[in-house]
Amino acid sequence: MAKKTVPEGWKMVMDAETIARSISRVSYEIIERNRDIQDIVVVGIRTGGEFLGKRIQEKIEKIENVKIPFGIIDITLYRDDLSSLDGQPILRGTDLPFSITGRTIILTDDVLYTGRTVRAALDAIVDFGRPKCVQLAILVDRGHRELPIRPDYIGKNFPTNPGEAVHLRLGEQGYPDGVYMSKKSQR
Amino acid sequence: MAKHLLGLENFTKAELVNYLDNAEGFVEVSSREIKKVPSLRGKTIVNLFLEPSTRTRTSFEIAAKRLSADTINISGSDSSVNKGENLLDTTQTLEALAASVLVLRHRESGAHRFLATHLKNTSIVNAGDGTHEHPTQGLIDCLTLRQIYGDRFYGGLTIAIVGDVLHSRVARSNIFAHRLLGNKIRLVGPPTLLPDYYVEKSAFDYPNLTVHHSLKDGIEGVDAIIALRMQLERQDGFFVPSLKEYSKNFCLTENIIKATCPKAVLLHPGPVNRGVEVASDVAYGTRSYVNRQVTIGIAVRMAVLFLLTSGTKEKLTTVNES
Repeated sequence: MAKKTVPEGWKMVMDAETIARSISRVSYEIIERNRDIQDIVVVGIRTGGEFLGKRIQEKIEKIENVKIPFGIIDITLYRDDLSSLDGQPILRGTDLPFSITGRTIILTDDVLYTGRTVRAALDAIVDFGRPKCVQLAILVDRGHRELPIRPDYIGKNFPTNPGEAVHLRLGEQGYPDGVYMSKKSQR
Repeated sequence: MAKHLLGLENFTKAELVNYLDNAEGFVEVSSREIKKVPSLRGKTIVNLFLEPSTRTRTSFEIAAKRLSADTINISGSDSSVNKGENLLDTTQTLEALAASVLVLRHRESGAHRFLATHLKNTSIVNAGDGTHEHPTQGLIDCLTLRQIYGDRFYGGLTIAIVGDVLHSRVARSNIFAHRLLGNKIRLVGPPTLLPDYYVEKSAFDYPNLTVHHSLKDGIEGVDAIIALRMQLERQDGFFVPSLKEYSKNFCLTENIIKATCPKAVLLHPGPVNRGVEVASDVAYGTRSYVNRQVTIGIAVRMAVLFLLTSGTKEKLTTVNES
């Protein structure tokens, strides 16, 4: 894949190694908390949680030597800001090729901010079945929650101002791994 | 300002692809056990069909309901149009009743464009205007072909549009779409239903478009045939001596397809006049995607309703990855 570079003005706050360690630790925590590791499925939220979820799933599979199903959920249709959205939403589709009923879902996203994305994801999930429980794994918690949502696994706590934006870029998207911070206008 | 879908003529390629990509996402929604998503909760969609229609209207209604919108169906016979109210007054009343989207079929070409200049808060979707355009059907045909042919869809296809081209809004929407994509288009039909002036006057301005008055020549080696419905309601101008004669020369039979373009797939916007433009065994045989088109139709219309009612930008733009 062609190497892309992040826009000028983005400040790196987590490098590749730190991200890898965080993913590794989060994976171990998931295993520790879920004795029945066969019951879990990893579901990434498009698009930020998709590659992160895949990495966590692969990590758990490697550590435990088990097969863990992986799915992707698109929350576009469940957003609460559809009519006021700046720009046009793009639906990329949900890909959950297994039943989630009775399973433990590890829901993954890159950055946890207001909690509205996770709220939408929870709504989307119940349209597909009734999981035993849903646990939330995120790489960066930047605070400023607007809904009562709490992550179960956190890669890194990172205090920010509302005027800033936090981005995760991974090799799968053609960038070098990194978490970056920018001013909102540079999105 | 409200956004409208009036036709494919002024689309950019990016817009077309954006519609198709979104529709693909809705194909997935339609395959779920719970086919309903909450995106258009609280929005009202009015289907105003002033020309008869079952499949398009039903398709739009199902699409709206799967998006959780409230739907109202009005047909010509039970609206105040019957009392002599003009179209603009009718639609402005519907706008005042806070309809988010007005799905309109009208027998006059250009009716939608006229209304679009007057409505501020209601989006108009063209579900067929006279002999002008039927953009959602064009999008359905495109998505069907993209699912069949993958990357060849982008400029690598030869498509024959066969039959009553003169009266066909479906043909026009398809021509505009495939002109954008760079696919070869062959228009096939008798000279009365495909007169030279039609192509000239329509100003398609597309070098890859050719006109054929013989079925055999027209479909030789094509990848896809879009059969058009012989519009029995628009034949009072004596365009063909009889349906029997038309079908003798232009009916798509398995024999002629096998001999000229054995791999071609068949699309038809429906309803099919069996034995007139298409033989029964072809219309619902192995090369036919007619029923697939109906399924895709719901997804396409969901995408259209969704894209018109969400986002604040007037024009469809691609969002940068956040």
